Amino acid sequence: MFSPDRRWLAALAPVALLFIVWHVAVVVSQSLIFPTPWQVIVGLVELARQGLLIKHVVASLFRVTYGYLLAATLAIPVGMLMGWFATAHTLLNPLVQGLRPISPIAWIPLAILWFGVGDLSPIFLIFLSSFFPMVVGTAAGVMTIDKKLLRAATNFEFTGFRLFRSVVLPAALPQIVIGMRIGLGVAWLVVVAAEMIAVNSGLGYLIIDSRNAGNRYDLVVAGMVTIGVIGFLLDGLMRRLERLDEVRWRYET
Amino acid sequence: MRAKIEVRGISKTFPTRRGPLAVLDDISFSVGEGEFVAIIGPSGCGKSTLLGVLAGFEKADRGEVSVDGEPVREPRRTGIFIFQQPSLFPWLNLEGNLVFGLNGASPEERRRLVAHYISLVGLEGFEHAFPYQLSGGMQQRAELARALMVRPEILYMDEPFGALDALTRLRMRAELLGILSRERHTVLLVTHDVEEALHLADRVLLLSPRPAQIQTVIDVTLPRPRLLSSPALLALKASILTELGIGEVAEGAV
Repeated sequence: MFSPDRRWLAALAPVALLFIVWHVAVVVSQSLIFPTPWQVIVGLVELARQGLLIKHVVASLFRVTYGYLLAATLAIPVGMLMGWFATAHTLLNPLVQGLRPISPIAWIPLAILWFGVGDLSPIFLIFLSSFFPMVVGTAAGVMTIDKKLLRAATNFEFTGFRLFRSVVLPAALPQIVIGMRIGLGVAWLVVVAAEMIAVNSGLGYLIIDSRNAGNRYDLVVAGMVTIGVIGFLLDGLMRRLERLDEVRWRYET
Repeated sequence: MRAKIEVRGISKTFPTRRGPLAVLDDISFSVGEGEFVAIIGPSGCGKSTLLGVLAGFEKADRGEVSVDGEPVREPRRTGIFIFQQPSLFPWLNLEGNLVFGLNGASPEERRRLVAHYISLVGLEGFEHAFPYQLSGGMQQRAELARALMVRPEILYMDEPFGALDALTRLRMRAELLGILSRERHTVLLVTHDVEEALHLADRVLLLSPRPAQIQTVIDVTLPRPRLLSSPALLALKASILTELGIGEVAEGAV
């Protein structure tokens, strides 16, 4: 519907509209606290100049990376076992489905109890929240493999580990990547919440601290904007993963 | 001289909610090396199950299948199965699919074999295409090439051209005959198309409705290439259709 160059415009136009509406709303309401878009930009520049923007972004990304990679290392093999072996599925699925609905936020008190105040608590929460989408996605990917493909592979005498590596894994990969994409989204969501409670760096901390230490709502919104932008970029990264040959075949008819 | 494939007393029953369902009943026959045997039967009679047992994908309840004197227990690369729906690996391009079954071949050997079989099935230029970019007929041809790459002694074909349109089907039959004239393979073909069986096979086995038994064996000794309009072939077709219980329809059409 939109030509390639028009598409950029189509993406920026609603954002620009939002900025205009936002600015007008603040001016009309004569709010003394809520910032205008311009004040937010000034706040961002201030944070950048003080080196705080980088510091907080890196802190949050660091926690996400650790927790997320830990989750992937455990979730993908467990998911594959659950998808392949009916026994594993019968044993583990109730546990997975029972723990999955518990919001990571509900785990915060336990996280602090077990890991105290510091990096481990948010990392644990991120691990927990990104684990479940990846287990579920991986298991689904393995369970929904076209049986014909497995038959063809066993015809060529592919069995055991070789079958797994050469057929099961590539066949399940698109679903695994979907799980990874959702997991990353949840991880980024959770890190911000986790940082509001237990640490003193990171974008979540920035938001809470800016409010507590002087009602700097311009910095609060600046923090939110940064979170949104980085989340958008992370998702874009995952979308590139989905365009690889090894993954895109699933979406072509 | 020992036959290539020996089938002795194959019987199979499936458990269902209403009790055991007998699908195959004491099927015995043998296939010589290089022979082309077609198995015809009405839909649902168990011919696909039979082929699955012969290839080692399913186990019979009674009886035994042996290839070169060795009992068949699991699928082997010496007997490649070709389905009605292509089962190319969608994450690999054509070249990747073709070399999938090759073990320990040198890169030059791989390149040579790929080039040879791609041209044999007429897919030159599509080495780097992915299955989703190919039509049904092209995918089926690629699957055939992938099977031939491992030099299987036996080909098990389960209605391989069934999903293709009529014109492509005819072309594929001719191509298959061309390939078989250049390479020696023992072929077992399951089909419900009487003409197809008579066009391709040396011998035709008619299966009865479920539980399947071998109802009739017909030797087709006509020289190839066979004309579908030749009187001898038409006579055979008529007699087969009569055996299958639809003789009147055939007479009326002729």
